[in-house]
Amino acid sequence: MAENEDDYQYTIKEGDYVVLKRGDIYKAVQIQLKKKVIFEKQWIFLDNAVGHLYSTTFEIVSGGVLQPKEDKKDQDTEHPADVKVAGTDNRNIVDDGKSQKLTRDDIETLKEQGLKGQEIVQQLIENSSTFTTKTGYAQDKYIKKKKKKYENTVTIVKPTCRILAMMYHGREPGKICHLRYDTLAQMLTLANVHAGSKVLVFETCAGLVLGAIMERMGGYGSVIQMYPGGGPVRAGVECFGFPSHFHDTLHEFPICHVNALLAGSLDTSAKDPSADENQVVEKQFGVAVKHQNQPESEQQDGGPEEQRMETNAAAAAVQDQEELEKEKRKEIKAQEKKLKLEEKRRKLAAAAALLEGRNADGLVIASRFHPCPVLLGLIKFLSPSRPFAVFSQYKETLIECYTKLKEQGGTVNLRLTDTWLRHYQVLPNRTHPVLLMSGGGGYLLSGTTVATDHSKPAGSPQAEEPARKKARTDKH
Amino acid sequence: MNAVLDAFYGANSCVLSNSLSFREPGFILLAKHEKKNPLKRRATKHTMSFVQYSDLIHDGDVIIVYLGHNSVMPVKVQHGAQTQTRYGVIRHSTQLIGQRYGSKVTCSKGGWVQVLHPTPELWTVSLPHRTQILYTTDISIITMMLELKPGSIVCESGTGSGSLSHAILRTIAPTGHLHTVEFHEQRALKVAEEFKEHRVDPLVTVRNQDVCKDGFGVTGVADAVFLDIPSPWEAVGHAKVALKKHGGRLCSFSPCIEQVQRTCEVLADQAFEEISTVEVLLRVHDVRTVSLPLPDFGPDPSSQTELGPKEEAPPTPSLNHASITMKTTTPPREMPGHTGYLTFATKPRT
Repeated sequence: MAENEDDYQYTIKEGDYVVLKRGDIYKAVQIQLKKKVIFEKQWIFLDNAVGHLYSTTFEIVSGGVLQPKEDKKDQDTEHPADVKVAGTDNRNIVDDGKSQKLTRDDIETLKEQGLKGQEIVQQLIENSSTFTTKTGYAQDKYIKKKKKKYENTVTIVKPTCRILAMMYHGREPGKICHLRYDTLAQMLTLANVHAGSKVLVFETCAGLVLGAIMERMGGYGSVIQMYPGGGPVRAGVECFGFPSHFHDTLHEFPICHVNALLAGSLDTSAKDPSADENQVVEKQFGVAVKHQNQPESEQQDGGPEEQRMETNAAAAAVQDQEELEKEKRKEIKAQEKKLKLEEKRRKLAAAAALLEGRNADGLVIASRFHPCPVLLGLIKFLSPSRPFAVFSQYKETLIECYTKLKEQGGTVNLRLTDTWLRHYQVLPNRTHPVLLMSGGGGYLLSGTTVATDHSKPAGSPQAEEPARKKARTDKH
Repeated sequence: MNAVLDAFYGANSCVLSNSLSFREPGFILLAKHEKKNPLKRRATKHTMSFVQYSDLIHDGDVIIVYLGHNSVMPVKVQHGAQTQTRYGVIRHSTQLIGQRYGSKVTCSKGGWVQVLHPTPELWTVSLPHRTQILYTTDISIITMMLELKPGSIVCESGTGSGSLSHAILRTIAPTGHLHTVEFHEQRALKVAEEFKEHRVDPLVTVRNQDVCKDGFGVTGVADAVFLDIPSPWEAVGHAKVALKKHGGRLCSFSPCIEQVQRTCEVLADQAFEEISTVEVLLRVHDVRTVSLPLPDFGPDPSSQTELGPKEEAPPTPSLNHASITMKTTTPPREMPGHTGYLTFATKPRT
């Protein structure tokens, strides 16, 4: 329990975003009272965790209730202290499938009796006829394996970039384009992400990359997220549980407006093209609810209610009241929509203002889209002498980026790289690389922008800008 | 400056007496006062520092001159000074001061270079080596696994050439602090001087002492500890003392597996958790165009009917020279196969 005020910030509170941990398995959840959470095939309630300090290990007892684990030392010293007999080799160990005297049913009964994982492991050892003839190392391995299976604990830790990047890579690599955590680490460094800078991000990694960048900026400076489709995906950012002032530094800009912005034809004062789009959808409201739902649900608002309305409409026969209420709700919805549009417009204008100076300090791209057009489009917003890092799951796409950048100039220090990550088991007399390693964590292209060739040194980018703008508007 | 400091700095006292960064063992600075300083100064003058971008080159800046593929050199900009490069001379007053970072500068022999804003990564590939250094690949994973961010308090030993130190400072600015310990006096003095030149000195305290004997000079303040010393197992106890009561992260870098073995044993003895050893290797892919010739299979009778007799003669000679050109990457002939093992651990709450 919290002992003093200093502990307050390390105390688990209701509503906190936390990470559950058992061994190398992680799961991000929010602490909500009376809410069932499934972790490692088990239902648990997190209510009891509130008020305890982060990094506390809990035992899961009956009904999925958490109980802080007493005496951590216990688990470390418990093993083979009482097992001193050990064999030297396995010449006499025969695999007859009868070495374990306990049957599956016996073990189930033990579990039902509410025996702790540790006690079950002890029972298994005592009832194994071959255990004492195993070598000390084999005994160790046996205990470790059984403990992993029967021990019923969970540690609640504070979310960090390290933990979330490892979690996503372990649980849902597909959602983050197989971006391995060491590759993410390289990206943050190569793009020189730090407090006080203005960073552009384009990612479809569930918000993990954005969250990692925000953590490194610590609420200083600004982040502009360029997003495809109806809205930015930020589930991963939520998991970080940033203080609210971090979100004041976060801006968003739809990638579909980049061309307009570059051409100087983006009008943020009145209705923008996306607003028109929304209006069209609104006209077809009754018919095209599903279509509208797609981008909407990404923004995590309004989705469920609309869906309910749809089913109501389908189920109801000819009820006028229903119709009336539907009409009313429609009106309220329209009003909300208007407010939302206004808010969207305001946000768009703010992000556009940040981009217009074309003086961003860093660019990070990690998406399922072809990186080449993204890079060539967004690099125009960087100041000279600023780093950028582009991730791709595939090397070929980055070869194309490399070639195009070389052709058009304006960058130096281009490097196409990938990293290998090897884990080691370090134990007395048993040290070796871990048997399995990740096959690939993706590729990176990094470099630094410089003032473009045809411009003269010092302050020239401003001078050439009108010409570039003109060329673009001519095309339209 | 006081006599104690003068005595400590010896002959270099003129250079270092103004430095806030270099202190005798046991000198604890007033963190609050110092923390506010860097922000204010940058907000008003907006000069370059290793933790804050600026647009124009000023007198006194340290810039990175990019000479070409994998060739960079750091230059301290000074009024009236000149720098020799293989493309000729650069005159600071006229060619550097007031120019925009990222500009092209034409040297006296007609060749040109790019002048880049310093970053810890560019510094790492251009700094004067006084020791073996850590490179960006290892630095990146260390930064993430130690969970460094603005505001982190970090302990490091040894400081060495300051390659990792600059990366740490970039990440923990503007509110964090680095306590770095280097037992070699000249190296400690030199790196403190560099921190000042790079305008990061308010964020760092350099201590000239033996970390294995005297520890980090701080107690219960650190969020993270990094060890790059020959016998890290002797410093694990001191690391534990330096880390916060509520816990923190530790990393030890060692080239040899025996060092890792001993360190891991001590870490386990000292009740560190989540002990994990990894190795990260960087592969650089060289992008190039390759051309693969196609063998001549001779005239193809079956295709003759389609092509007609007219085209029979010309294709044969041209096919002899036929080849397919494509963009691909080639691996480097040799690459760094090992830098060191990185052992990470968590200090639990005590």
